[in-house]
Amino acid sequence: MKAIWSIVKKEFLSYFSSPIAYIVIFTFLLLSGFFFYSLVSWFNSVTIQLAQNPYYYQQININQMAFSPFFHNLSIVLLLMLPLLSMRLFSEEKKMGTEELLFTSPLSVTQIITGKYLASLLILLIMLVLSAIPAAFTFIYGNPELVPFLLGYLGLFLLGAAFLGIGIFWSSITENQIVSAVLTFGTLLLFWVLSWVSYSVHGLWQSVLNYLSFFEHFDSLTKGIFDTTDLVYYLSFAFFGLFLTHSVIQSRRWR
Amino acid sequence: MIETEHLQKKYGELEAVKDLSFKVDSGQIWGLLGPNAAGKTTTMRILTGFLPATSGRASVAGYNVFEQAEEVKKEIGYLPETVPLYPEMTVEGYLSFVAEIKRVPKAKRKSAIDRAVEITGLPSVRKRLVKNISRGYRQRLGLAQALIHNPKVIILDEPTIGLDPAQIVEIRQLIKSLRGEHTIMLSTHILAEVTQVCDGVVIINEGKLMAAGRLEELTSAYREKDGVYLKLKKADNEVLNLFRQLPGIDGAAQEGEEIRLEWDRNTDRREEVIKFCLDKQLGLLEMRSLALTIEELYLRIVSGGVEQ
Repeated sequence: MKAIWSIVKKEFLSYFSSPIAYIVIFTFLLLSGFFFYSLVSWFNSVTIQLAQNPYYYQQININQMAFSPFFHNLSIVLLLMLPLLSMRLFSEEKKMGTEELLFTSPLSVTQIITGKYLASLLILLIMLVLSAIPAAFTFIYGNPELVPFLLGYLGLFLLGAAFLGIGIFWSSITENQIVSAVLTFGTLLLFWVLSWVSYSVHGLWQSVLNYLSFFEHFDSLTKGIFDTTDLVYYLSFAFFGLFLTHSVIQSRRWR
Repeated sequence: MIETEHLQKKYGELEAVKDLSFKVDSGQIWGLLGPNAAGKTTTMRILTGFLPATSGRASVAGYNVFEQAEEVKKEIGYLPETVPLYPEMTVEGYLSFVAEIKRVPKAKRKSAIDRAVEITGLPSVRKRLVKNISRGYRQRLGLAQALIHNPKVIILDEPTIGLDPAQIVEIRQLIKSLRGEHTIMLSTHILAEVTQVCDGVVIINEGKLMAAGRLEELTSAYREKDGVYLKLKKADNEVLNLFRQLPGIDGAAQEGEEIRLEWDRNTDRREEVIKFCLDKQLGLLEMRSLALTIEELYLRIVSGGVEQ
């Protein structure tokens, strides 16, 4: 555990010793602030219009009308940003020759991968927590439901964890960070839109494609529905990415 | 301390290391010598556990490299050919990170860093960023990380490559000062480095072991003739002929300003030669022994393809 912690610490600090972490966090907050502002102000104007009609007024729900689309927007921003966080994890070590130091130290490959992955999760966590600050004001001046809000953020975190799992895998394949980012982005986008073709296939294939699609699982969480299949789906995605990374590193050394 | 038996490493079809067996005793400095692409780096990567061997056995500090990898990694310090540095860290921060992953206990970490910084002469750059220090300091920092956990065995892959002559001398001094406490294996293709630093040498070519042993054993084993180089005030054919008539002298030849005399390996004719020079008033200025240099040895072994 101590060994993993030394890797986490080193990775976390090196994110902040290059501009990458600052720029990713900054851009993410800029966009999330913009989305939040535009959705909440839209919600406000709609509320004022609907206030005349008591029936519609009953139907107004900030969670569904503002937060749910907010989470959807953020999920796309994560899709664009997280490959930039994961791209350096192994690619950089390989390029700098520092992987020889890591892999000849008495750390196991699993410890090294876990440490690096946790450090990237930590950055994700910082991004999400900071992006929630504006939303906190709606709780002060209004009364949205807390649980669906938290579930939405849980969904974003799980989604991001799965993204980073795939990202760390691609970064173990190549020493070029751009290649790693592009391949990660391509994979994520493919899994995102996988359910689009599910309308043209039937039976088992349809349910397999729907199950594999990132979008389907995320949608229910933003609506405040917690299903353990979604949790299992994201965790297994992340774990699969880490497992592949482990296999790649081992196989390269055994080849 | 370091031992390999029938080590073999294949990269696909390419056999980088073939049937390599050698042994390095504790507390000594040994050179791994060979032309470029001879398999030096591969051998070192196998010893440090970075790469697995295809077949064969290797042990370091009494542990099997393949079966007790973690134990081996605790006992080994390794400086790869590209010094593994993180440019954005400070010298001290980097050493502290290496100490952590090399499992130096927290209480001893500070003194381990102090010691490594002291030995490698880094105090003046201790707080600087790695990316801002010079090539020579980076190489020293590479050495410092290799010995931070006070390992029994230190493996250095081309430790003086890319340094200026003064830095090369400093690094060699540094390596020599580690003899006794640590067993060191360093790879190089600079022959002078071996004579100046090493106790023994393993010579490989195209992945195959060409010769291995202590330097003096090897040089005497490959020497066919004994003899001297003479520098005389007067040196011409007449003088050469005089020497050729001397009993026991097998050969006399002019080599530049010097005369080379050879005789049988098991005899010593030096005294007679001196007496002869004085008697004939040849004006003896200098005399040095014809010991086989490492250059000659290396060329004979590597280009001649002679196997021991």
